[in-house]
Amino acid sequence: MRGIGKRFGSGLTALEAIDLDIAEGEFLSLIGPSGCGKTTLLRIIAGLAEASEGERRLSLAADAGVRMPSGRVGFVFQDPTLMPWGTVVDNVMLPFRITGRVGSTERERVGAEIRAVGLAGFERAYPRQLSGGMRMRVSIARALVTDPDLLLLDEPFAALDEITRMALNEDLLRLWESRRTTVVFVTHSVFESVYLSTRVAVMTARPGRITADLPVELPQPRERALRTSPAYAMICATVSEELARAMAEGSH
Amino acid sequence: MSAGRVSRWSQIFAPLAVGSAFLVFWEVVVRINGIPQYILPGPLAIAESLWTDGPSLLGSLLVTLRVTLAALAAAAILGGMIAVLFSLSRIIELSLFPYAVILQVTPIVAIAPLIIIWVREPFLALLVCAWIVAFFPIVANTTVGLNSADRNLLALFRLYDASPVQVLRYLKLPTALPFFLTGLRISGGLALIGAVVAEFVAGTGGAETGLAFRILEAGYRLAIPRLFAALFLLSLTGIVIYLVLDGLSRVLLRHWHESALEAEEE
Repeated sequence: MRGIGKRFGSGLTALEAIDLDIAEGEFLSLIGPSGCGKTTLLRIIAGLAEASEGERRLSLAADAGVRMPSGRVGFVFQDPTLMPWGTVVDNVMLPFRITGRVGSTERERVGAEIRAVGLAGFERAYPRQLSGGMRMRVSIARALVTDPDLLLLDEPFAALDEITRMALNEDLLRLWESRRTTVVFVTHSVFESVYLSTRVAVMTARPGRITADLPVELPQPRERALRTSPAYAMICATVSEELARAMAEGSH
Repeated sequence: MSAGRVSRWSQIFAPLAVGSAFLVFWEVVVRINGIPQYILPGPLAIAESLWTDGPSLLGSLLVTLRVTLAALAAAAILGGMIAVLFSLSRIIELSLFPYAVILQVTPIVAIAPLIIIWVREPFLALLVCAWIVAFFPIVANTTVGLNSADRNLLALFRLYDASPVQVLRYLKLPTALPFFLTGLRISGGLALIGAVVAEFVAGTGGAETGLAFRILEAGYRLAIPRLFAALFLLSLTGIVIYLVLDGLSRVLLRHWHESALEAEEE
């Protein structure tokens, strides 16, 4: 992405001159204060919102171009955003329903994805019967079922309790390690971003800009023990500092 | 929970006790004051009339019921289709919705004579009257339902390049279902009212006479117990229609909608 800017009809400048290259197989976290345009940026990447200026190019696998074929991008919202009238299978099947391919291969894919997020045995359950964490798992399974080249997550764990959040962090890491899908992850949490990512971009608000772009050089695969290691703590400290600077900048 | 059980019992028996007490009170007042039957018959006299005139009244009830159900079905199908049309095109909604409102707020008693003059076939005339009263709640509710699809789900459908038809089928129609069923429950009662009003205006109309006409007739002949018996059948029909539609709504929404969930569940 080159020089991405976004202005809303109200004259508010949400994003300004954002340059961002996302490499294949990367796990990039976007972190910043509330209202810095992280979500807007993510929606522009997804093609759900148009940038007012600048250029967005996506080269996904063999395809190049602005408009990407459906199913190449998976999106997980802040809320699980499930269809309450459908079972877990119905919800995960949705991307295939829309593309009009619902055969035995797709059914198998859906079943495998539900197992991959740890929901085996809940295929016939309705969302209201599931806990918040389980609903979020369904949402992740739905985003991954088409085997996308790019997975976008918009603060997916913000509404979950700490224990569930930790568990989902682990699961997301394992899923990413086994597939190496390119991930862009929006979060409020420094610890979460450092633990999960290969790279953290810090954003500032009004107008939204990227003020720091830090690689996270920590060993992989990441294990729970890493959370207490000095190397992890140091990177967290650096990101926190950058975040504090970004917030100070944004406040005047 | 014991509190739940108590409320469940009282849900059935409390109104039943009040009703029985009221009937006894009514009978006693009528007997003590010697009120003549052509002014106010007691419940026993009404029950007796219900027994003797029952078969002929049931025949009339069937006539009214046919109009009611046909009007309700027409309201559900056409109302649903109009709502879908509204949801597909904002301009159609903007240009037609005011007229639906006008049709709704004009008293049916005032239009019924015109409809009966214009539509020669009596059954059809009654049907049109009842339909006019019944269709609006379905259109209004379903339109709101179709427009209240989750914003994020809409974005997701866009992400997967869903066609408008797919958005309608997989997202908007299921979202609108509870709203549609609410409209249907309201319309069930209204269709009955519409049919009765139309019958009142139409008089005998054709060879068959509905329950409303029997009420008028009983009034003219001062056969007040029969009037009450017909009235009783009419309200009973309204209650049954409501219960059936309520049950339908519960069955269709039992898996997911808050309104259809058992209170005891977690």
